[in-house]
This record gives sequence, structure tokens and C-alpha cells, in this order.
Amino acid sequence: MHELSIALSIVEMAQEESERRGQAQVLAVHLRLGQLSGVVKEALLSSYEMACEATPLEGSRLLIEEIPVEVFCPRCQITRRVRSIQWFCCPKCFTPTPDVVRGKELEVVALEIEE
Amino acid sequence: MIKEPRLVEVRKNVLKQNDVIARGLRDRFREAGVLAVSLVSSPGSGKTAFLEKTLTILHPRYKVAALVGDLATENDAARLARSQAPVKQILTGTVCHLEAAMVQNALEGWDINQLDFLFIENVGNLVCPSSYDLGEDLRFVLLSVTEGEDKPLKYPTIFNSADVAIITKSDLAAAVEFDEASALRNIQAVRPGMEVFKLSAKTGDGMPEYLKYLEHCRTRSHVATASK
Repeated sequence: MHELSIALSIVEMAQEESERRGQAQVLAVHLRLGQLSGVVKEALLSSYEMACEATPLEGSRLLIEEIPVEVFCPRCQITRRVRSIQWFCCPKCFTPTPDVVRGKELEVVALEIEE
Repeated sequence: MIKEPRLVEVRKNVLKQNDVIARGLRDRFREAGVLAVSLVSSPGSGKTAFLEKTLTILHPRYKVAALVGDLATENDAARLARSQAPVKQILTGTVCHLEAAMVQNALEGWDINQLDFLFIENVGNLVCPSSYDLGEDLRFVLLSVTEGEDKPLKYPTIFNSADVAIITKSDLAAAVEFDEASALRNIQAVRPGMEVFKLSAKTGDGMPEYLKYLEHCRTRSHVATASK
């Protein structure tokens, strides 16, 4: 369970950003979460609530956009979404490929603030 | 005046701090000409026995050292120290994985320029360590024959993040009716092209092939560094 330490980092980042903007109130944090990030969405959401307690972010929301895994197919020469993360291959021609293009994201993309 | 909420773009990697330290470590390892290898697996897959055997065989010919992460107890460091190689225990307390900063701190006082190989044994856990770059050149994921052949399908993220799979405790394969073909198929499904070694740290079976590979990787990374 490393979601709590991830949530604490998110809160810290949002707080820094709010301070840079003259203590703007943070209403929501928008996060991109790759399916291969190693972080579980539900665990992160409940950890986020805990991490916000007794901080200026208390009551703010964490909005998670889940990013599916996309691989580059060396045969089709194109990036495609895998059908399952138990099977890393091109969903069209079934060529196996370890070349992950998307799906490892764990990034704060935006903040909803009130200045 | 009514305040209107607005959206401001940020774009920041949550693990940036870890990644920056990991990148610094990777550069240091390259400059020092040391091959850094991390080990991940579930608890009880035989990481420590595998590492003890590796250190014991490599120690006379190469300068090797190991860092070993655990939530508690220094037992693993004591076991590994029997190889005569320098070993340091990283106690993580309640943290379920190693982070780059822990590796950086543990290396203080060691002259890594003197090393050929550095092994970093992560906490026994197939979930959390996958998110954290430790600056290693190679990540080994261990799977013992006594675990299910479908472990790679259950934990695709960590298998996908690793470079090499090591099937351990091969001396027990027959007793537990280990289906090797199925295990190999599952490994290749979650990480196509992955290098796989099957071995027993107890009998030494399969160790030479894997050690040859390790030496090859070190030479290759040296050549890459020299040609920069």
C-alpha cells in the first residue's frame, strides 16, 4: 500500500502550486493515472482524503483520468491500445511487443482553483 | 464579487523527486563503471538465497556489494554478509518498497568507484516497488517454482517493468509439478522478449548461464559508457 505516500506527494504539489498563486483555494486536482503506474485508483482516492486532512486542501476532490496501455506494433508501425494488460501484443495482428507508449503516467495535469 | 473557479494547467510527475534522484544514481553508476541490479519478488521467492549465492561466486573475481531492503530485522544482511561482500541493510519501517533516496542514503560512505556489481534487494512485494525507479541498470523479477505459474498474469505491472525473470528453486520443480512451459508463456505474454533464467541457488544448477549473462551485461554497459 504505497498509495498514501503518493497521495501525500500530490497534496504537497498542489499546496506548493496554491502558494505560488497567492494561497489560491484548491477545489480539485486533476490526475492522469496510467494502468501500468502500479497505483490503484480506489486506494489512491481514499488515501487522498486522508492526506488532505488538516491541510488547506481539506474537502478538495481528486479527479482521476485513467490512461489505458498503448503499445507500438513493430509490424503495423502504429500505436494501439492493448486488449488486456495480461497480453502485450498488437490487438490487430497479434505481434508481441514490449514497447509501451502510454500507460505509465502518474501526473498532476491541472488544478481547479478559486483565487 | 463572486469568485469563479478556474482550471490551471500544471503537468507535474508525482514521482518527480524520486525520478530525479534515480537519474542521478544511474549517472553515478555509469561513471563508476558499476552494474546496478535490483531484485524484486514476493516474500519467500528466494531473493536472499539467490543473492547470497551470486555474491559468493562473484566475490573472489569481482568487487561486489549489496543493499538489502526489509521492513524490519537485519537478518538478511547477516545472511548475505557470509559471502564476505560488503552488505548494508536498509530498514524501511512501515514502507513497503525501496525509494531512490533510501538507496542514495545507504550508499553514503561507500566508494562505488571500487565496485563492479551492486545488487539492491527490494522489499518482498510484487506491487509497490514497480512504481519506483532506483537508478538500477537491470531489474530482475524472481518467481519460484513453488508459486503459481500464473504469477506474471496476476502481477503484470511488475513483470512488465522488469528486464529479466529468474525462476528460482528449480530443484523443487518436479516435486511441485511446476509447469515450466506455462510459466514461460505467461512471462512472455506480459513482457515479450524478456530474458529468463531457471536456476537453483541451493544446487547451483543454472547459475553459470545466469552469471555469464550478468558478466556480459557489465561488459556491454562498459562499452556503452566508453563510447559516449
